[in-house]
Amino acid sequence: MESQWKAAGTAAEEPAVVKRETRGPAPKRKSSGLKYEMSTPKPWAVALGQVGLFALIVVLWELFARVGIINPFFWSQPVEIIKTWWISVQSGAVWIDTMYTFRSTVLGFLLGTAGGTLIGLSFWWSKYYARVFEPFIIMFEAMPKLALAPIVVLVFGIGISSKVAMGFAITVVITTLTTYNGVKSVDKDLVRMVYSLGASRWQVFRKVIMPSAMPAMISALRINIGLALTGAIVGEYIGSEQGLGRMIFYAGQTYEISLIWANIFNLSVLSMLLYLLVGRLETWLLKGFTHQK
Amino acid sequence: MDAYKLELESVGKTYTAADGKTVPALGPVEMKIPDHRFISIVGPSGCGKSTLFNIISGLLDSSEGAIYVDGRRVDGLTGITGYMLQKDLLLPWRTILDNVILGLEIQGVPRRQAKERALPLLAKYGLGGFEHQYPAQLSGGMKQRAALLRTILYDREIILLDEPFGALDAQTRTMMQEWLLDLWDDFQKTILFVTHDMDEAIYLSDEVYIMTARPGTIKRHLTIDLPRPRKPQIVTSEPFMKLKEEALKTLSEETMKAYAQETTAG
Repeated sequence: MESQWKAAGTAAEEPAVVKRETRGPAPKRKSSGLKYEMSTPKPWAVALGQVGLFALIVVLWELFARVGIINPFFWSQPVEIIKTWWISVQSGAVWIDTMYTFRSTVLGFLLGTAGGTLIGLSFWWSKYYARVFEPFIIMFEAMPKLALAPIVVLVFGIGISSKVAMGFAITVVITTLTTYNGVKSVDKDLVRMVYSLGASRWQVFRKVIMPSAMPAMISALRINIGLALTGAIVGEYIGSEQGLGRMIFYAGQTYEISLIWANIFNLSVLSMLLYLLVGRLETWLLKGFTHQK
Repeated sequence: MDAYKLELESVGKTYTAADGKTVPALGPVEMKIPDHRFISIVGPSGCGKSTLFNIISGLLDSSEGAIYVDGRRVDGLTGITGYMLQKDLLLPWRTILDNVILGLEIQGVPRRQAKERALPLLAKYGLGGFEHQYPAQLSGGMKQRAALLRTILYDREIILLDEPFGALDAQTRTMMQEWLLDLWDDFQKTILFVTHDMDEAIYLSDEVYIMTARPGTIKRHLTIDLPRPRKPQIVTSEPFMKLKEEALKTLSEETMKAYAQETTAG
């Protein structure tokens, strides 16, 4: 047996010299489709295309408005919008309105997310309480919360608190459901294991339930920031002293179409900024709480 | 009664089915286990081995019988035994070190003190250098080591291991068996070990219990008088083969019964 192995070993140590001869050219690949599937477009080319497309839209818009293909009374035109926007920048109105909407959105987002998380986690505590409340929560989730805006503004007034309340109402339910689902999907064996180490319910909650539900809670953040912004804007439509939503609504009432567009531009910038911030927060939290690859 | 570390007295479990009938799932099981022994329990699938462990560990109430540890009645109490399941059940958001000290932490040992106690053990038992890694970064064998060290560090005199190596490949498994014997030698625990693998059971144990098909009772109690320390090669020796043949014959009768049950029930 042993000698066999040895024989095999020595044979492998002295490889025969193989001469490679090239006979003819390499075969031509038929499928260029496969090559395409494996490729990715160059980043600079993508960026160039995106800038180009945006420029094209703006130029065509201006051109169509000037020659009368579209009615500038309803659609306005880029040159007018930029002028209006610049005036509002110079007067400082942009900053005041943007900051107002920013503040109400962030406050609504924070309160709604924190509140929903607490309610969702609390459902783990008592099965009875969770069963009683679940249908109400689902009912509230199914209802379009924006429909509440008139009542909310009546109750909380035209100040910032009604916008925060809108942001809260719109985010709290979805966060509750997401967190509760996270709590329900915790590995039962993990819970049993911790009990087998003599843990109390409170210890199980702190050491297993809360951290397990964390990814679900984190996933709610990105959805919530968009929802809170929508809530704040609709609150401002109904009644407000400041804010981008109020400006858009006011401009619509007075047929100042370029002012609408200027504020929609501001709103887009704000929402992109908010998404960016929450994206950062999400990455940071995920890194800190879950270490799954 | 005090002569035994762990005693099971007609321990059984029945369930109430949907139609109101009571269905026996386990027992009655009788066991008398002396201190510092390595005991394996082998039985056909579904015979109630895991149920038995759940009852001993206090996670599940028994329907009848009593459990004594050092002569004291303990059935229904958790925290008496260290219990490890087939899954490693490490918390993915904790480092290996933080996972291993979980039991101590729950008992109220300050974290720093617990870590001081754990670090030399991690180094000694093959997890040195992995302390600050997360479970996802470790292989299956390493994760099982960590889970087992967590159980050891929880420091109960009786340890229940429910197929801890069931999910590992054959080579890792052999290595882990050696490792477990070292650990058992060093810590002088009483170990109850569930496995499907008769080689593993005989190789590791002082005594092997073979269970009947559902509802599982003790069919056979074998004493493994092979000398220790044992080398892995012992599995090819004459006395080992004899024991194995006898054990397998007993087990296969029950496996056939279990199979028949399953086919008639299904």
